[in-house]
Amino acid sequence: MKILVCISNVPDTTSKINFTDGDTKFDTNGVQFVINPNDEFGLTRAMWFKEKQGAAVHVATVGGPSSESTIRKALAIGADEAIRVNAEPTDGYFVAQQLAEVVKNGGYDLVIAGRESIDYNGGMVPGILATLLGMNFVNTCIELEVEGNNATATREIDGGKEKLSTTLPLVIGGQKGLVDESDLRIPNMRGIMMARKKVLNVVEPVDAIKATSDVKFDKPAPKGAVKLVDASNVEELINLLHNEAKVI
Amino acid sequence: MSVLVYTESDNGKFKKNAFEVASYASEVAKQLGSSVTAISFNSTENESLGKYGVSKVLNVSNEQLNTFNAKAFANAITEAASKESASVIVVSSSSDTKYLAPIIAAKLSAGYVSNVVAAPESTSPFTVKRSAFSNKGFAHTQINTDTKVIGVSNNSFGAVENNTTASVEDFNPSLNDADFSTKSIEIDKVVGQATIADADIVVSGGRGLKGPENWGMIEELADVLGAATACSKPVSDMGWRPHSEHVGQTGKPVASNLYIAIGISGAIQHLAGVSASKTKVVINTDAEAPFFKAADYGIVGDAFEVVPKLIEKLKEFKAQNT
Ligand SMILES: Cc1cc2nc3c(=O)[nH]c(=O)nc-3n(C[C@H](O)[C@H](O)[C@H](O)COP(=O)(O)OP(=O)(O)OC[C@H]3O[C@@H](n4cnc5c(N)ncnc54)[C@H](O)[C@@H]3O)c2cc1C
Repeated sequence: MKILVCISNVPDTTSKINFTDGDTKFDTNGVQFVINPNDEFGLTRAMWFKEKQGAAVHVATVGGPSSESTIRKALAIGADEAIRVNAEPTDGYFVAQQLAEVVKNGGYDLVIAGRESIDYNGGMVPGILATLLGMNFVNTCIELEVEGNNATATREIDGGKEKLSTTLPLVIGGQKGLVDESDLRIPNMRGIMMARKKVLNVVEPVDAIKATSDVKFDKPAPKGAVKLVDASNVEELINLLHNEAKVI
Repeated sequence: MSVLVYTESDNGKFKKNAFEVASYASEVAKQLGSSVTAISFNSTENESLGKYGVSKVLNVSNEQLNTFNAKAFANAITEAASKESASVIVVSSSSDTKYLAPIIAAKLSAGYVSNVVAAPESTSPFTVKRSAFSNKGFAHTQINTDTKVIGVSNNSFGAVENNTTASVEDFNPSLNDADFSTKSIEIDKVVGQATIADADIVVSGGRGLKGPENWGMIEELADVLGAATACSKPVSDMGWRPHSEHVGQTGKPVASNLYIAIGISGAIQHLAGVSASKTKVVINTDAEAPFFKAADYGIVGDAFEVVPKLIEKLKEFKAQNT
């Protein structure tokens, strides 16, 4: 089986969010970039397939040269090869079109992407990618088994989960649950050394439609101070929720 | 040119978000000077959409579509969009629509914007405000394609009455076996209880509750309030609660009217998922817990003392107020 894991290069989950250039750009100053957490679960599941069932695992990202340290990390975790499409990931549709080209050229059976990137939260790359390629697709995937050409995937739904049967070639939008939290890997020194020798192909982007563009950003209005209620006076909390906030 | 809205239903009944997305579509139609057509699947109450501005309903009656299937639903919706020459397609932010919306977008070469929190700011160029950076920011996004797909964030627009009379038309999309190449084999879902996505009130517990055996009081509090239950990430990681209850940046987003966080510290990744909720209440022993900075109301106290008292007093309050 040949697996492609799509890696989004995102600000670390604890990052403070700021904008520059008249609030038209995300301010990367002082921000540390990491593998998108949803993709990290997928990458770890791909490593499981590689080790338990035998699979080649490639990783791909759409991003400028600065995203290379993030895909090197994926190589250090155990992916065999990496591809970087040399373009700024301006919109999910654009990213999906670039990745579709990578998948076509690489002949992958299984494509694992994250259900969304935690920066722009578009949640569209896996679905658009699958549709452009005519591949089966399961979103918010929390379990995945593959046997021959058949796959069983469980997805999270509102209020529970749903098990699905499908076939390869398959794209999934993965998330937490694909592997146990404790199975996530931190690259060790040997992995980091080996990653340096692995292939990192840089390819130029193909022509693509720019379906959307972010023209401006802003931040939520600052919040007022919390109103504290004494622990012995829960009636007061009920009163506030009823009369002031009007939510009960 | 019309605005097409996909109104979700469950067992024939519309979900709450159906009326919200219909209202949103009606606002878009007003701005564009067009009308709203809804597409519904096996719904028994199509006329009710008129109240929210829908003038025509395309009703799909097809047993094969009793269970949601992303590809088949997306195909039916795109076929309806072509039939109606829809320039804008409005959907919700449920798990199911977040699954099918990108498929629709790709099939129609349409720009898709999810997590939209307000009516369009402009229709030329078409610009919407959406939440991004896990609710730590907003983006004002322009859609450059002829056809546009908009995913409305839960509870962001609300259901707005807009009296119209809805005519109902049967619609039989052409579906084939390939549309069902991904099949549902088992659904495991809480029934008769509000889900995090739909609930007006969410009661959430964190590691401060010490163990799954203490969730009885969380469930009881949720029950009194007609709320959904939720939890922080470590709680679902440890298997105290199911994954589907995990809220936050790597879990579910919550956009309820009231979010009650009990024994949750308020780590940045947790807050990211709940900040779209309108009123937040925190109960925590630690007065320095970061959640107090993000909350509207707070009690510094032990959950094991405060929550049972709160349940008792809320029961009295409910008895007097219903
Ligand atoms: C990549 C990444 C993604 C993450 N995504 C998420 C996410 O999506 N959602 C999420 O929730 N977390 C997420 N986290 C984890 C997050 O950083 C915190 O670890 C987590 O939110 C803490 O959960 P908690 O508040 O329940 O537990 P703790 O941090 O252990 O806090 C428990 C709280 O309970 C209080 N307490 C203890 N006893 C009592 C009592 N008797 N009565 C009242 N209060 C009491 C304590 O004062 C404390 O504030 C993520 C972390 C990473 C690294």
